[in-house]
Amino acid sequence: MTEPLSQNSADRPLVEIRDLNVTFGRQPVLRGIRLSIPPGETLAIIGESGCGKTVLLKTIIGLIRPSSGQVLFDGQNLRDLSDQELTRQRIRFGYVFQNAALFDSMTVGQNVAFPMRQHTQASPEEIQRRVLDRLAAVGLSAALVSKKPAELSGGMRKRVGLARALVMKPELVLYDEPTTGLDPIMSDVINELIMRTRLGKAVTSVVVTHDMHTARKVADRVVMLYPLSRLAEGESQIIFEGPPSELDRTRDRRVRQFVQGEAGERLMEMQADGG
Amino acid sequence: MTWLADTGALAIECLIAVGKFSVFVGRTIQWLFSRWPRGETLWPNFYQVGVLSLPVVALTGTFIGMVLAVQSYAQFRALGLETRLGALINMSLVRELGPVLAATMLAGRVGSAMSAELGTMRVTEQIDALETMGANPIHYLVVPRFLACIFMIPTLVLMADFMGVVGGYFYSVIVLGIDQHHYWHNSEQFVGNFDVFSGIFKSLFFGGIIALVGCYRGFHCTAGAEGVGRAATNAFVNSFVLILVIDLMLGIVLDSVYHTLWPEGNKLFG
Repeated sequence: MTEPLSQNSADRPLVEIRDLNVTFGRQPVLRGIRLSIPPGETLAIIGESGCGKTVLLKTIIGLIRPSSGQVLFDGQNLRDLSDQELTRQRIRFGYVFQNAALFDSMTVGQNVAFPMRQHTQASPEEIQRRVLDRLAAVGLSAALVSKKPAELSGGMRKRVGLARALVMKPELVLYDEPTTGLDPIMSDVINELIMRTRLGKAVTSVVVTHDMHTARKVADRVVMLYPLSRLAEGESQIIFEGPPSELDRTRDRRVRQFVQGEAGERLMEMQADGG
Repeated sequence: MTWLADTGALAIECLIAVGKFSVFVGRTIQWLFSRWPRGETLWPNFYQVGVLSLPVVALTGTFIGMVLAVQSYAQFRALGLETRLGALINMSLVRELGPVLAATMLAGRVGSAMSAELGTMRVTEQIDALETMGANPIHYLVVPRFLACIFMIPTLVLMADFMGVVGGYFYSVIVLGIDQHHYWHNSEQFVGNFDVFSGIFKSLFFGGIIALVGCYRGFHCTAGAEGVGRAATNAFVNSFVLILVIDLMLGIVLDSVYHTLWPEGNKLFG
């Protein structure tokens, strides 16, 4: 029996993850993840490549089905929903992909307008107005509307992806490595844009990143995941959870090593593995 | 006993693949009846499958008609039955070669392209992006392609049949000098509406399988350029094999139907 859909109340987390396990074939990727994200919070998930950050993000939005455990969005287990119900719920999400994932057969304007054309009866003029408004909000000019994604730079593509994710004014925005592959200035532009989405209304955000500058700047809370292959049996995969200011004060050597970007013993291990 | 374990593993793998494909087909049918796709997703696919495939299908049909005349003439002439060539060529075309060759061309031209296009969308996360924006990928990508193949393949088969008949006539009558009146008279006597119908009926199944296999392969594409290439190749090979299997099964069924409806049906020899 599923709960009826409702607007989230202030005391209930918007996203709640209970004992989540995700396994691909025989390869466990996430184990026993417990996480609660209240409305309006910006949570940064950090960790080295391959630790399962993106898998966790895709599990939250239901692109990946958990092997066991639950992901509750506004009290509703996404796994219980039918294809049609899940499709309806996803209007409440925005997802910014690592490589923008723009539809290359469409123009920039058609990409940004896509969610509106799918879910609203808005007139073409209204859609056009909103598209230009969203593009302007991410610092892109109206001249780009008729361009194809292949004609844009990496930073522009990311911003178009952001405009597309925000066009339906979602309650929860998920960012997958939003600054990876960008120059420091463009990275900071993206960070500022992430922060701006919170102005005026309580948008909940989850930012997966290994860019410490992004984590420190945009996050209210930081969670660090560690690869299962490097953990002992029964050890929690979340090795840090707290405000960004705590990152420098933690005693956990693994967290400090990641935050300060030090290879430490890893180089020796890799050389040993390579024979 | 390694061979036994390997055989078992292969059987399990095949069973899983059949199961996954069945679920994919089931979801496509479910979306097909739950909401009709928008024109903007439908018409480009109709154009791609129907209009752009027409020249190559017409060319194939013409040459097959002529090749049939070249290959059969000597044997028929030895028996003194060369005027029956029209019946053989036209019957083979409308019942068998027109539908199967049109489907093969479609599998090569459209099925592989679908697989490569959707495969690229899969590896660049565009299919995931569709899902996150509340657009079901099966409804948005698969259903229009499925409908385009189902609705367009009969037209393509008719074109292949027509051009095959023209090609066969040209080579038999103009080049080989067979009597025109008897050529057409024999064709009319042996090739009936049921033969044309059976070819078109079979083609609906071929069209469906081309779209479903092409889209399935694209959806389950593995990462990288190699994965996309493999998906396109597998789409063609799988759909071609399935076309032949369905052709045999439907051939048997339609033949039984024909003999039940017309027990004294025409026979080419005697």
